[in-house]
Amino acid sequence: MRPRRFIAPSAVPWLIGAAAYFFIPLIATFLFSLESNTTGKCCTLHSYGWVVHNGAFWHTIKISFLLSLETIAISLVIFVPTIYWVHLKVPKLRPVFAFMALVPFVVPPIVLVVGLLGLYKGTPSWFYAQPWGFLAAAYVILAFPYMFFSLDAGFRAIDVHTLTDASQSLGSSWPRTLLTVILPNIRAAALAGAFLALAIVMGEYTIASLSQFQTFPIFLQYTNETQAYPAAALTLLSFAITWAAMLSLLFVGRKRGARAGLMTGAR
Amino acid sequence: MLVGAFKSVHGGWTFANITDLRHQPYIGYYRNSIELSLVTALIGGIGGLGLAYAAVRDGTPRWIRSMLTTFSGVAANFGGIPLAFAFIATLGSIGIVTKFITSQLHFALYQHFQIWTKTGVEIVYLYFQFPLMVLVIAPAIDGLKREWREAAANLGASSWQFWRHIGLPVLMPSLLGAVILLFGNAFAAYATAYSLGYTNLITVAIGAYYSGNVLSNPHLAQAMALGMFAVLAVMMLLYVPLQRRAARWAK
Repeated sequence: MRPRRFIAPSAVPWLIGAAAYFFIPLIATFLFSLESNTTGKCCTLHSYGWVVHNGAFWHTIKISFLLSLETIAISLVIFVPTIYWVHLKVPKLRPVFAFMALVPFVVPPIVLVVGLLGLYKGTPSWFYAQPWGFLAAAYVILAFPYMFFSLDAGFRAIDVHTLTDASQSLGSSWPRTLLTVILPNIRAAALAGAFLALAIVMGEYTIASLSQFQTFPIFLQYTNETQAYPAAALTLLSFAITWAAMLSLLFVGRKRGARAGLMTGAR
Repeated sequence: MLVGAFKSVHGGWTFANITDLRHQPYIGYYRNSIELSLVTALIGGIGGLGLAYAAVRDGTPRWIRSMLTTFSGVAANFGGIPLAFAFIATLGSIGIVTKFITSQLHFALYQHFQIWTKTGVEIVYLYFQFPLMVLVIAPAIDGLKREWREAAANLGASSWQFWRHIGLPVLMPSLLGAVILLFGNAFAAYATAYSLGYTNLITVAIGAYYSGNVLSNPHLAQAMALGMFAVLAVMMLLYVPLQRRAARWAK
């Protein structure tokens, strides 16, 4: 059989149907965001002005952004040396980690938060009552599978043993080997994990809501309930953040060692 | 959580929270959640398969395929509050499409369809179910080697016979695995349904019981969470062997 030169007729309705289903809500949200708060008529940028001049917006988006940076930093500090060690010295433990990385998929965020709130009850208030403590800990757990699978793929793509031996025989210490030899080689994988973590934390609602912290998705939901038109502008902004994170991920993913992941944390 | 599920509000030990789950309304939440997840997993699975096949088959331009996988990567990760609002702005009572249908086609859509009903929630969930299916199944469809098709055609098989005896049996473990993944994905969702105002789901019920919007009983919420965990653990037990079987053709 020769490859077909033209698009198969039966494929066309599928593609058109999908395009309509996926794009109409996005276009509708955009049109909605341009409608006037008072008359419901098109077109005004009032909703965007409302967002830009809203203190709570800047406050919550700052919290969410700093939280995602904290989550990324903690995850990388914990998981890079650990996964490096596993690949170098105890490859037998790799399946154990891979299995552990599936656990957050089986335990939905709503179950995770109920469990964590019970577990951490009675810890000091600097941890329990601060987003930087409790929420960051929960997000590190939520980000673990994405970090693990990205980093694992990254480490598998390089020759850990040769790089380590070369570095050590030239007299480097362990920290120096890790920072100046290993890290630059898994940079794409680390970045991919970081972008996934960023997208998760910027969109996570369930855990923040049940543990009563004011993050950006909480503000978005509050706006949905109170101000319909500005909420459309915020929704688009939230989409844009996901898009930016995922497209950056695809961009770094072109290099070897990084891999696009799926996430379920935001739902 | 495991400990909390077996405690009473007064602090003593009890099985009451677990046995309560067998009664209404709790069993109803589970049943409805499972129904909704099953429906969206099946429709999402079939639709995603058709879409993925339409995009990767011979003749479809390459750019359509790469655009679809890129978009799926993003859309599978949409969800929660923004997704719910996008559909409210589209099909809600003052949504753009609702208003358009009402004014242009003179059909009062909002009287027949509301976004916060079960059908509405299912339509919204499909927004992340289709792309997830595309991402999971596209590599499996790629795994159907062209040589198999050619061999079948040389032996005189029709397109239907190829799918009936070769294509579908090879894809079956991947398909079932993907549908289980989609099921778990819908079953675990909380924020989307909550934001749409749909309360008849186990996740939303746990949230309500835990934070005390209805009647605060954290221990009952913990028991409900334990029940959810049990359902998903069973799903995972089904998923792992299917995954192994699917990997057999992936060389």
